[in-house]
Amino acid sequence: MRQKNLELMVGVFVALGLAAFLLLALKVSDLTRIGENDGYRIMAHFENIGGLKVRAPVTLGGVRIGRVISIDLDSQSYEAVVTMSIDPRYDRLPTDSSASILTSGLLGEQYVGLEPGGMDSYLSNGSVLKLTQSALVLEKLIGRVLTNTASGDTPPK
Amino acid sequence: MIAILTGLGRWVLGKLARLGRANLFLLSLLGALTFLFKRPSLLIRQLYAVGVLSLPIILVSGLFVGMVLGLQGYANLVDFGATASLGTVVALSLIRELGPVLTALLYAGRAGSALTAEIGLMKATEQLASMQMMAVDPFPRVLAPRFLAGCLAVPILTGIFTAVGILGGYFVAVMQLGVDGGAFWAQMQAKVLLFEDIVNGVIIKSFVFGVLANWIALFEGYEALPTSEGVSLATTRTVVITSLAILGWDFLLTALMFGVW
Repeated sequence: MRQKNLELMVGVFVALGLAAFLLLALKVSDLTRIGENDGYRIMAHFENIGGLKVRAPVTLGGVRIGRVISIDLDSQSYEAVVTMSIDPRYDRLPTDSSASILTSGLLGEQYVGLEPGGMDSYLSNGSVLKLTQSALVLEKLIGRVLTNTASGDTPPK
Repeated sequence: MIAILTGLGRWVLGKLARLGRANLFLLSLLGALTFLFKRPSLLIRQLYAVGVLSLPIILVSGLFVGMVLGLQGYANLVDFGATASLGTVVALSLIRELGPVLTALLYAGRAGSALTAEIGLMKATEQLASMQMMAVDPFPRVLAPRFLAGCLAVPILTGIFTAVGILGGYFVAVMQLGVDGGAFWAQMQAKVLLFEDIVNGVIIKSFVFGVLANWIALFEGYEALPTSEGVSLATTRTVVITSLAILGWDFLLTALMFGVW
């Protein structure tokens, strides 16, 4: 009887541990999103990606439809090549869609925002987006404002 | 002068010999583990002693640590309007550092000291010697079950600690402070990686800590002077050495796992 009680308690203990790991895996981590790399891949060339990171979200109209899976430098054109994996559910994106690198909030992380175009053909695995807009780099922006002010080209009040 | 140098030499040699004995002790422990396939009931009893009986302290501390993280994180993040990332803050700090380290420290205080005292007293009352007299090896019967049970219990306890801590953080953040519940979980899921964070932090780290804590506890007990003073000294040393070893190894593992490569 005593041995049985011990076994019961240890069983409860181990079950609690398994439940904790299950909670961590399913509720806390990205396990539910691991299948996401199964989507089709599209690429986009950017002059400057700012602080974009691998695994950053790809959104269309604010809805997340994919994820950045790799960032490389094209050694010919010196442009950044961002490869994105898009959820196969969203397979009707026009080929002339444009991609821009945006920032969520003032201090938030950067993500890729897609704007749908109007063509009848759709993006598929390996497509390259032609229209892209680079990330806004704060220093360049300030620099431009400063040069404008210095050249007396002040905007009308 | 020569006396000082001799003393230094004796001290270093003594420490080295002790380290060597500790490693031989670990080897004998690992060698004795196979016996547990024949007598799993020994393991169950020890799992109860080190695992089930450690549950209350782990549950309560995990809950409070999580709640404090929620409060402190909120107080700091609210200035930046970034309270939505509270879930990430609570989950990552618990999974990567606080969960494994605090569980191991609590385990050393709650179960490690008890193991040392038990083995030390067995030695002081010559129970281990009498087992050897009857040609029963104490390693597979007495030490190996305690070692394996401890090494299994620490990762399980860490998982429970972390999960309860995150729930505690959720309770404070979402139910008390009014952080959006959806954002709390969604931001967490976007940032916490299953293999890089949970497997590395909760499973591998805590297993290493479990081996350290139980190895030190059993060795200190086994090496204790067979007097009441010796046992009390050994118990104290277990807690001190285990805590230092865990913190040192934590730095090493963190540098290996999450460092910038």
